Parts: sequence; C-alpha cells; structure tokens
Amino acid sequence: MSDKLKEQILRSSGSNVLKCMRCGKCSATCPSYDEMEYHPHQFVYMVEKGDIEKLMSSESLYKCLTCFACVDRCPRGVEPAKVVEAVRLAAVRRQGNNHLAPTDIPGMLDDDLPQQAIVTAFRKYTK
Amino acid sequence: MENNAVFTYYPGCTLRTKAKDLDAYARASAEALGITLVEPENWQCCGGAYTTAKDEIATKLSAVRTLMAARDSGNALVTVCSACHNVIKQTNYDISRDEDMARKVNSYMQNDAPYTGETTVYHYLELLRDVIGFDKLKAAVVNPLKGRKIAAYYGCLLLRPSKALAMDDPENPTIMEDFIRAIGAEPVIYAQRNECCGGYITMEDKAQASKRSASVMDSAKDMGADMVITACPLCLYNLKKNSGSELPVYYFTELLAEALGLKKEDTDE
Repeated sequence: MSDKLKEQILRSSGSNVLKCMRCGKCSATCPSYDEMEYHPHQFVYMVEKGDIEKLMSSESLYKCLTCFACVDRCPRGVEPAKVVEAVRLAAVRRQGNNHLAPTDIPGMLDDDLPQQAIVTAFRKYTK
Repeated sequence: MENNAVFTYYPGCTLRTKAKDLDAYARASAEALGITLVEPENWQCCGGAYTTAKDEIATKLSAVRTLMAARDSGNALVTVCSACHNVIKQTNYDISRDEDMARKVNSYMQNDAPYTGETTVYHYLELLRDVIGFDKLKAAVVNPLKGRKIAAYYGCLLLRPSKALAMDDPENPTIMEDFIRAIGAEPVIYAQRNECCGGYITMEDKAQASKRSASVMDSAKDMGADMVITACPLCLYNLKKNSGSELPVYYFTELLAEALGLKKEDTDE
C-alpha cells in the first residue's frame, strides 16, 4: 500500500524528493511553521521514506497556505508545497474525507469575506 | 505588442461582488490611459487557487477557457486580482511545458484548435509598466499623491512561483514601488511585503490569519508607512479585518484613479 501511495504522491506532485539535501530552508521560511505538526521538510523526507499515512491524517495538510515561499526558496528545486498538495489531495479524495462541507460555510461568513476565500478553501479542502 | 491597445480583461468572481472598487477603478483608469479592456462573454471563476497536482485536469479548465477566449480574440489577457492572475499564469506556464497536461486538457475540451499556452498574460501592474510605461503614467497624473508614504503589499500570489509568474524579482520586487513613485507618492520598503497574509486560512483559523496579517501590518507601520496597497481582495480582507491594525489598506487601482483625477468623492462602497 505504502509503495503505491508513494508512487501516486510522486507522480501527482512531480517532485523529485531525492534532490532534497535537508537544509531546512523550506520549513524556516514557512509562514505556517508554528501551526504544523509535520513541517515542509518532514513532508519531503517522509514521502521519500514512504511514511505517508501519518501525513494523510495530520491537520498539517490544512495549514499550508500555498504561498509558494518554500517552492521559490528551495535551493534544490524540490518544491515542497507541491508534495504537501499531492498528499492533501490523496487524503481528501478518500470517500467521506472532505475537510470542509458546504453546510459549514454559513457560519464562516461575514459581510466582507471575499468569494475568493470560499472558492479557494473548497479547492484546497475538498474533492 | 498585440493589437495596439485592446486587451481581453478577466475580472474574476470577487471583483463582481466584494471588490467592486478594484474593478471599477481599474477600468476607469485604463480608459483614461487609452487602453480598451474587453471582457469575454460567459467567463467562469478561476477557482481561486491553482492546483499544482499533475493528475488534476478539470480544476484547470476554467483558466484554459479564459486563455483561449483571449487567444481567439487576438488579444493579450489582462487580470487584476492577484489570485486570478496566479491561477491563469501558472496554468499558462504549465500547459506550454507539460505535453501530457496539454494533451489531456485538449482532449477533454475537444478543442478544434488545441491550446498550448499561446496567450500573453499581463497583470494590470505589468500593463502599466510594460505596455503603457511608468514614465507615461507619471506624465498622465493630474493629482500627484505628494507626501503619502505608501507600503506596497505584494503578498505571495503576485510573485510566486517566480518561474511561472515572471513578473519581478521575487525577493526584491520593485514594480509596485515604481508604480507608487509614478503616482507621485513615496514607497516604503518593509520586511514582510512579500510574505503571506494568511489567505484562505481565515475561513477556519482566525488566529493564524491574525498572526500573519498583524505581522505584515506591524512591519509596514514600523517602517513609517501611512497606508498599505494591494492587488488582492483576500489580502485586503485579512489586513483590514484580521490584523488589528489601524493603518488603512487600499486597492492600488483606487490610488491610480485618484492620481488620474478619476475618483469621485461620493462613490458608494
């Protein structure tokens, strides 16, 4: 299972996790570092090791802001945010595993909240 | 330059609803600067975020449709919302390099003329810099915003990933500062100008959004700014509602319209 899952994550992300030299710059520059259980460099390392189920059930998946700071600042072109995205998609694609339901939305609205926030959250959190 | 001064203009969902000022001032200013913006019919929401995953195709199609609408009109495409711009430019970048993605997209859409990234995409700021020119903009200013110290907030989406966005140096950008100079004001450089405001996390984690947006606003204030400008409706929301800062935040197009003498005093929100 974990081999197939790893293969899926690698194909979906397009990332070559073997290029990582463990410098930690991705996590050092991540604006969500404090909120994460597993940090960007750990996503890369754990996917390389095939240790993916822990990532699949972690709230860290929903803390990534997709700001691409780690993508631009990685000196090796590993693009960690794309690895996080691939794991998050693998998680929310499982039946009943959406992180956000349409019925949650009314409670989150205020008069100024831009539509952009809602469509982005749905794109990130659901399938 | 394509087709003289006519561009296909994609407003996106939020500019029709919560960010009407961003849109209205962009259109009025373009007209004053001799640029015609033509909105494609029946455009769709871009989705707000680009899905980087290679095995996602359907989520990329609305951006492809917008790019194709511009190509089929023979125009370059102009966007103004940072998020739309990011989604559309990343889609365009990937489809021009990833043959597998291009093949799947074109098979799925059954396009007579396959789309492979032919459209040129400009952010409105790039239109000002690369098509009109900041020197020409400066000459068109009738009401220079003298004495105002303005902090440009780039956030994440305008600049990154820099390979696809190709707008400016992602770590030391100047396009918004040059814009601020062109409208007669003084730019304020501060550390957090290209760090994320928290974005859509405001939906489910207000504390994180507050932390991020307060960090941006405090950084701008510490460097002596008296206002912040942005191109992104979600940044504006976070910086205004979640930061706890009193510093005003405006869309850059509002200041552009003001400098061009187009801002009416009695506009409703």
